[in-house]
Amino acid sequence: MNATPAIEAIDLVKKFGDNTAVDGVSFTVPEGTILGLLGPNGAGKTTTLRMLTTLSVPTSGTGRVAGHDIIAEPDAVRRSMGLTGQVATVDELLTGRENLRLIGKLSGLPRSYIRTASDELLERFSLTAAANRMAKTYSGGMRRRLDLAVSLIAAPTVLFLDEPTTGLDPRSRTELWEVLRGLVRDGTTLLLTTQYLEEADHLADDIVVIDKGIVIAAGTPTQLKDQAGRASVVLTLTYAADLREAERLMRSCSPEVHVDETARRLTAQASGLSDMTRIGTVLEDSGIAIDDLGLKRPSLDDVFLHLTGHRAEEADESEGGEEEVEVSA
Amino acid sequence: MSIAQSTRPPIAPPSMMGASATIVWRNLIHIRRMPEMLMDVTVQSVMFVLLFAYVFGGSIAVDGTNYREFLLPGIMVQTMVFSSAVVATGLTNDLQKGIVDRFKSLPISRSAVLVGRSISSLIHSSIGVAVMGLTGLLIGWRVRNGIVDGVLGFALLLLFGFGMIWLGIWVGSMMRTVEAVQGFMFTVMFPLTFVANTFVPTENMPSWLRFVAEWNPISALTQSCRELWGNGPPASADAAWSLQHPVLMTVASSLMFTAVFAPLAIAAFRRRSQD
Repeated sequence: MNATPAIEAIDLVKKFGDNTAVDGVSFTVPEGTILGLLGPNGAGKTTTLRMLTTLSVPTSGTGRVAGHDIIAEPDAVRRSMGLTGQVATVDELLTGRENLRLIGKLSGLPRSYIRTASDELLERFSLTAAANRMAKTYSGGMRRRLDLAVSLIAAPTVLFLDEPTTGLDPRSRTELWEVLRGLVRDGTTLLLTTQYLEEADHLADDIVVIDKGIVIAAGTPTQLKDQAGRASVVLTLTYAADLREAERLMRSCSPEVHVDETARRLTAQASGLSDMTRIGTVLEDSGIAIDDLGLKRPSLDDVFLHLTGHRAEEADESEGGEEEVEVSA
Repeated sequence: MSIAQSTRPPIAPPSMMGASATIVWRNLIHIRRMPEMLMDVTVQSVMFVLLFAYVFGGSIAVDGTNYREFLLPGIMVQTMVFSSAVVATGLTNDLQKGIVDRFKSLPISRSAVLVGRSISSLIHSSIGVAVMGLTGLLIGWRVRNGIVDGVLGFALLLLFGFGMIWLGIWVGSMMRTVEAVQGFMFTVMFPLTFVANTFVPTENMPSWLRFVAEWNPISALTQSCRELWGNGPPASADAAWSLQHPVLMTVASSLMFTAVFAPLAIAAFRRRSQD
């Protein structure tokens, strides 16, 4: 294990006028791991990422990328990292290969290296056939892949991705996840922002949840799920008439039972599989007809709800863009 | 150390000029791929030359020369002044699409983005001037005073264009959309290029307007080109000082534009790119 983390955020603060977009965010990302920065729109994810990638100057606090301070040594940071922005920032009028050449040259790579690295990257991202076509003819998934290929031209040790799969169809998303996992296997460190709980759950080794500019939770996906409360047993009855009796029986097994009459569903807090088996046996003995019985573990969605009091998707609609300061009339 | 780190390629961050040259290369590919981007300085230029020469030309009398000779320097100056709109549009477009962010995430001098954009805009406008020159040659316009003065005239055009580009960068850094930039630039630049001696002599304007038109730096540049290229007589004795000393006035105004707008432009661009 390397002692210096690949990415460190140290009490980062960013204010836009009176609006504090990021209010003291700290975290560390060990080398060769993926950190998922999770939060709804406007939570401060993009702003945090822009500060760490030297695009935006923090109001206070600092950070380190590959051991370099983002304020004192921005050029060293830029040499060690790659960035894939929220919108695919490929140049539409350039071909795939020209896009790679442009960023390769601006990264200060030798011409011969750019040529071989471009061929490899185009191959790896299944873009060889489209290499000499203008990027504006590419599909959304192809643009994302080209964008990622361009970010990798200088073989950065740290890669930042801002909502890399937003707007992708499920298949392209799964493909991209596979590519990202491959990068981490090769030793790259990844920080990605996402609004998708599922994405963070699938990809990230560690998750930092931010809301309204502050870190509200951090840990592995499993730790976060544990925080949201224990599992529950969910029982669906065949006949609504059995609800009262089933509730009484379940209360003998679990202290907390919730009844949803219209769905003929009862939910009981449980600590594990044994609780489910116990409830199953009690009900079977009583002869009540059941449609379904199962154990439900909290998803990251529940975690989010538990932590913020609102669902991730709801926040989506009520708030504007990441950095827009909305003033309601 | 991780595997990725040990196999990293040799990186020698490009110099400011090297990076600027790469960005110019990229911007010129844009022009080649989308020739309609040049419409403003090609088709429109030819159209303007012909419209003014033949529609207005018969009705506008100019002393000591014919209207086509008189027109060409004026209309070339207008094209050069509009390089500020070209640079502003291009810059806003790159900012909007996140291209500037991508450039800024690379180990290059941040001014390379502006320098590259300025050079390609000057090339863009120069193509327009060349197209107009060719059209002019076809309808009888000539550079009549020899090579040195001829080149000096074009050099002044470029110098003034350089000053205007800072105005463009300033506007481009402050506005959020390409549409807003275009609306603003055309609203401001059109009257500026018309309240001048570009298309008509100033002598017949009402006296207050004549005063404004003659002190307009665009008039001094036009007068410089006319005199250097032998396309018109020196300014009349009652014209403003700036038209009596057009070359001096043009050099001074270009430097002044640069001195005023370059710091504003760089500050606005930096502010825009710090957030």
